[in-house]
Amino acid sequence: MSNMNYSWKNNRSMFPEADETGKLVVDLDSQKYIKVWQGPNHPGVTGNMSLELTISGDEVVEAQTHVGYLHRGFEKLFERRRYMQCFPTCIRMCVPEPDTNEYNLARGTELLGGIEVPEMANWLRMIALEMARLQVLLRMVPGQAGTMGLGLPAQWGLYYRELILDRFEELTGGRIYHMYILPGGVRGLLPDGFKKRLEENLVKIESFMKDVDRVIYANAVFKKRTKGIGVIPEAWIDPYGATGPVARAAGFERDVRKDYPYLYYNQLDFGVNVEHESDVFARFRVRRKDVDTTIDLLRQIMSKMPEKGDIKAETPNVLHWKIPRGETLVRCESSRGEYIFYMVADGSMYPRRINMRGPSYSHAVVLLEKLLINANISDVSPIMVSLATCPPEIER
Amino acid sequence: MSLKDTFSPFTAWRKVFEKPVTIKDPIGERPGADRYRGFHKNDITSCIGCGTCEAICENEAIDMVPVEGVETKDGDSGLRPRVDYGRCCWCGLCVDICTTGSLSLTNAYTWVEEDPEKYRYTPGVDEKPWDNEEKGWKKPEPNYEFYNLNRVTMEHLHPEERSDSFVEMVKGYSKEQAEKEADRCVECGICTATCPAHMGIPEYIKAIRNDDLEEGLRILYDTNPLPEICGRICTHKCETVCTLGQRGEALSIRWLKRYIADQNPSEKYKKILNSEFLKKNGKKIAIIGSGPSGLSAAHYLALMGYTCTIFEKLAKAGGMMRFGIPEYRLPYDQIDKDISYIESLGVEIKYNTTVGVDITLEELGEKYDAVFSGTGLHLGRSTRIEGSDHKNVYQSIDLLRDITLGKEVPLTENIIVIGGGNVAMDITRSLARLQIQKYGKAGIIATSLETEDKMPADREEVVEAREEDATVNPGWAPQRIEIENDKIKGLHVAQCYSLFDDEGKFNPQCNMDNLQFFEGSMVVESIGQGMDLSYLSEDLKHDLEIDKRGRIKVDKNFQSGLPWLFLGGDIIQGPDVIHGIANGHKAAKGIDEFLFEKQKDTPKT
Repeated sequence: MSNMNYSWKNNRSMFPEADETGKLVVDLDSQKYIKVWQGPNHPGVTGNMSLELTISGDEVVEAQTHVGYLHRGFEKLFERRRYMQCFPTCIRMCVPEPDTNEYNLARGTELLGGIEVPEMANWLRMIALEMARLQVLLRMVPGQAGTMGLGLPAQWGLYYRELILDRFEELTGGRIYHMYILPGGVRGLLPDGFKKRLEENLVKIESFMKDVDRVIYANAVFKKRTKGIGVIPEAWIDPYGATGPVARAAGFERDVRKDYPYLYYNQLDFGVNVEHESDVFARFRVRRKDVDTTIDLLRQIMSKMPEKGDIKAETPNVLHWKIPRGETLVRCESSRGEYIFYMVADGSMYPRRINMRGPSYSHAVVLLEKLLINANISDVSPIMVSLATCPPEIER
Repeated sequence: MSLKDTFSPFTAWRKVFEKPVTIKDPIGERPGADRYRGFHKNDITSCIGCGTCEAICENEAIDMVPVEGVETKDGDSGLRPRVDYGRCCWCGLCVDICTTGSLSLTNAYTWVEEDPEKYRYTPGVDEKPWDNEEKGWKKPEPNYEFYNLNRVTMEHLHPEERSDSFVEMVKGYSKEQAEKEADRCVECGICTATCPAHMGIPEYIKAIRNDDLEEGLRILYDTNPLPEICGRICTHKCETVCTLGQRGEALSIRWLKRYIADQNPSEKYKKILNSEFLKKNGKKIAIIGSGPSGLSAAHYLALMGYTCTIFEKLAKAGGMMRFGIPEYRLPYDQIDKDISYIESLGVEIKYNTTVGVDITLEELGEKYDAVFSGTGLHLGRSTRIEGSDHKNVYQSIDLLRDITLGKEVPLTENIIVIGGGNVAMDITRSLARLQIQKYGKAGIIATSLETEDKMPADREEVVEAREEDATVNPGWAPQRIEIENDKIKGLHVAQCYSLFDDEGKFNPQCNMDNLQFFEGSMVVESIGQGMDLSYLSEDLKHDLEIDKRGRIKVDKNFQSGLPWLFLGGDIIQGPDVIHGIANGHKAAKGIDEFLFEKQKDTPKT
């Protein structure tokens, strides 16, 4: 059944009938259906989230995403914290890739507060953002195979991710929570020999990606399991708000770094990686190509960035930095897609509202629920991971 | 699907022959990075307990706690940060904002304890294995600050513009400048603890930031009824201890106070300070001397409903603030602004009335419910060297008074001033101005026992005096004044190398091989002031306790051995405006307490 194109087939008797409004009538007492909870703790769910699946045989008939296991109320906490104090908090909105949160918060605060960031700091921000993208991709690309039982490359990937985390530790003082990009600038210059060590890591990663190609990309089983699975029709992309690799895998040439250039991305030479099949395999291929693009970008940044410079602009005293009334929307391209902060300042020391809109909400709640229908239960995890779901980002 | 796709994955077997990448003990073999944000370290000797780390911590993981062996003193709260690792998120903002740079993090990865209580500890006090570890997160350098280290420059009149006039030389802050300067404050409150009057400094600076100067004025008047004066000539102990001075320039607290007072028009004072309708309680208080302590006492007593009468010997109020401080530092109209507000509260000032001559202290004691005396130090002290009894040897305090009164001041082309304090600088700079007005050039030399680094005068006073063409030549002990044909020729001095003996007693030592002669035809002595207590009759003195140095002993409420007599100001605590104000305030409370108790004890008729 796995190679069939999953679409609603009316002639299948075991499937529930739809009533006049088109809603499925699932009668659990008929013993045709079983409710299965996948999550909140499940190796196939990237974080604390659960999927309530109604299955018939091994096919998913109905799927519902349940969140609420990770809600920490960050957006509310921001309203009680000074702008600088928001900075160590915001990173927790997406644990695997905290830097995009830091960047958005910093950029939004700077736009509202009228702060001009020194050139050096902007280049360093790009280094941090691209390194963050690379370490996420190093987990996600081999990890995609891990969701179908091919766990070995996923373990290899973790080692190469650790190499990037070593560089993060050197640069920012933290491995996971980097807390590097703060309103006004960044928290340190590149340490001595950093570029050399990063380049060595990049070479290693490139060689590792060849292994990935051999073991995953050119793997008959992987192809069988991913091609034609979780197809998102082109027409769904905009209505469902899909961005990033998910949109690019459907043929949309979309990248915030290209469409709304921020930092110095317009000075770099890179293309948008696009596929057209829009299935799990296409999304994997987009990410696989993104690894190469990111490595290339890191090299470009390292060669173009100045050697020395100020890392932080002069800001008002952070203990009582009052940001004038105003609102702003800042966005950047995270590894999962377009990452947005909408910030409102009311002239006080505290943000009136900081609202985050990440790709996971639209991907993992509305899109996933729809995609899982008629999927084989063993394909639930691959589909979910291919959408790059990050539950902490859904809940904030 | 190609054949390649089937066989390619088997290349994974190649990895079997590779060396494993995991290591058993990451702590031993692989130390954390140089910048790793591990656990807190604190150099408690350089930490001053300002609590800025506590203020920035978004998790409230830091508490300021008293620590054994660290005493609370001026410029040190005596508290040290205690970190709770149940809350800490290792962001290191506390390190980045640390005003002294004492706080840092180690590069230790792990720390295991069985007792959960141990995860709350005071770095630097509770010993930890990483205390001597050099590596770890430190504040990034350079140009990485969370607040501005440099103060907003105060504009002064150029030396050429000011050296021949008594126009106020400090121009004052504009709104923009004041708000920018106020923004630097970290609200630690170390200034408040040090200020003798315990003014709400962080609060009024916050009022400036909020552009609520009326609130600012209310905060000022809570503890200090002479803000215009203090905003100009206060000895600013607050700035000396200011936390920002640890790594940068101290906050201009004095100029910010002046900004609040300057921006509020005097006609609005009563409305702002809510003192339009004061209820009188029918009791009368006599106050001797209209100096800072007397005015302060009168102000707070008037607010409490007492009818106050100030007896002033001279024709104008203000005491040493008016007659001791030159106009270029403290313009008379600003003194008038502060005093006229106090008068508007119903305080009566009787000018040209000398207690002890026009009215005796005993009479005051009988006529009034209580008496407060703040008569100040108005007598000059002589060096008592050979020739100091010559008629052309003057006391600085007398000359300054005469300048204010508009009297003719003796002046020659070459003047020598003996003394290294602020009063010496005041008379030097005042006489230099008069010399320039009269002769077109300044010819004045100020010399002191203390060397330049130990001169008691404010540094800026010395610098500004030199800018105004006066010579300051410290480190010399006066030996004798040379007199020829009844005219002063100059002053012989010897190099002074030590001021105090081993027991800490004042005992200057001179190097008689290194002598110098300063030419001059007039000498001004400015080596300190004494008090004139002639208004105290022998009978009264009998009831008072007087210490060896001639100071009257008072209790914490400034009440003397005579229950109705309270004393404060310079005669009790030495020359200082802000101490005088604080004394006056405390004495006012003491008088209120005393009269309340007295009334309670009096049987009702």
